[in-house]
Amino acid sequence: MFKRTALWPAHQKLGGKLIEFGGWEMPVQYTGITAEHLAVRSAAGIFDISHMGEVTVSGPGAGAFLNQVLTNDIRKLTPGAGQYSIMCHDRGGAIDDLYAYQLSAEVYLLIINASRIAADVAWLQAQAARYPGDYHLTDASHQYAAIAVQGPRVHEFIATVIPGPSVSAMRVNTVTDLKKNQIGGFNFENHSVLVARTGYTGEDGFEVVGPDNSIVHLWDKFLAVGQPFGLVPCGLGARDTLRTEVCYPLYGHELDENTTPIEAGLGYFVALDKGEFNGRTVLAAQKAEGTTRKLAAFKMTGKSAPPRPHYPLWVDGVCVGQVASGTQSPTLGVGIGLGYVPTAAAKAGQAIEVEIRGQRAPAVIVPKPFYRKS
Amino acid sequence: MNTVPADLKYAKSHEWIRVEGATGTVGITDHAQHELTDIVFVELPAVGRHVKAGEPCAVVESVKTASDIYSPVAGEITEINPAVTDNPALVNTEPHTGGWLFKLKLAAPAELDALLAPADYQKQIAG
Repeated sequence: MFKRTALWPAHQKLGGKLIEFGGWEMPVQYTGITAEHLAVRSAAGIFDISHMGEVTVSGPGAGAFLNQVLTNDIRKLTPGAGQYSIMCHDRGGAIDDLYAYQLSAEVYLLIINASRIAADVAWLQAQAARYPGDYHLTDASHQYAAIAVQGPRVHEFIATVIPGPSVSAMRVNTVTDLKKNQIGGFNFENHSVLVARTGYTGEDGFEVVGPDNSIVHLWDKFLAVGQPFGLVPCGLGARDTLRTEVCYPLYGHELDENTTPIEAGLGYFVALDKGEFNGRTVLAAQKAEGTTRKLAAFKMTGKSAPPRPHYPLWVDGVCVGQVASGTQSPTLGVGIGLGYVPTAAAKAGQAIEVEIRGQRAPAVIVPKPFYRKS
Repeated sequence: MNTVPADLKYAKSHEWIRVEGATGTVGITDHAQHELTDIVFVELPAVGRHVKAGEPCAVVESVKTASDIYSPVAGEITEINPAVTDNPALVNTEPHTGGWLFKLKLAAPAELDALLAPADYQKQIAG
């Protein structure tokens, strides 16, 4: 049986259409992907992200350990700040991509992909044996539920839902004083919840992590308070189209153990100057010499079906790879996708073809992202 | 609430057929369009193609997924609906009327007896 989040009854009540994702039974949509997507672009949407995993690393040696296993430089964080990072093996392939937050001097929180919780925890434990130190790893995934509230109008009502100053991590008078990538602990109904100004949609927004009961109450309160601002519940379908438009990677599509962050165009999050870390040798060589393939963004140019994951990609009559992510873009109204192509072909303006049910349809490589918030 | 018009016959795979003389008009049901939502692309069979009952012969794509559409009965495709390839959302807004997909000349009208009556299809989608 698939796992259910604390919000499962809420999804049932709202008429969400449930599907399996990463071992969880999650809503793919409530009213429709396009409507939910456009609500997030123009107003606000709320997502259940309780399936995501949480790992804490604490102790005097926590920072040094994380700097060994993650590609970004954890020393750039201060308490209350977060960063996107990739966890690579020694050959540079991605075990997972994640968000790392520093909650206090010696406590870090990793938010990891639902489908990778078991793999990540096993990997981290193996790395802990390899790099012993004065720190402690805890898989807290089962202790927390989480929601994302995303869109340009969220800042207008979030402080009504979560009032008051923060009490831990980043100290702010009100939740909207958090800046991008900052995280603060707030009291909500006598429980502590963590609020980060982050998201996976390309819009301003917040993600809230807390105990099941608090998150269930927050979900209802957000829907009630946010409704006049256009807030709607959104499923994984819209989450996927929103992140695809801004070219955020999804593990298992753009990233996997045979793909490096350099190939994926995530070199910005690989801090070669921080000293030794897992995968550094390979990643440094790839950064210096380039890679044979690169993740490229493309748009369909003719009237065609939308591109879908695994459809073959063709360049100059040669099959060069396949679509990693692809969909109809609700914002642009055209088929868009991401896929790995030979580096020489990964340049804006390059004509390519996407094979759809045995027929090749024309497309063109375009600069990333497809959409940028105004 | 999904509508199930009384003058149509239904396939378990959620297509409807309207029979006039020797010709059947085929589309997807209101229930099916509701499940798919956001139809963004429709691919139709070539006119003149011979299809068998239950043969996949069209594709309807939502934002999330591509779905095969099966011919409820055997026949020769005689006409396709250009309005739905121009405006796929018509399948959402008028599934039983303007959003029809193709017409075919029935090869074996007896096959119609194997299709569901409106009340039976209603039961299927309720269950």
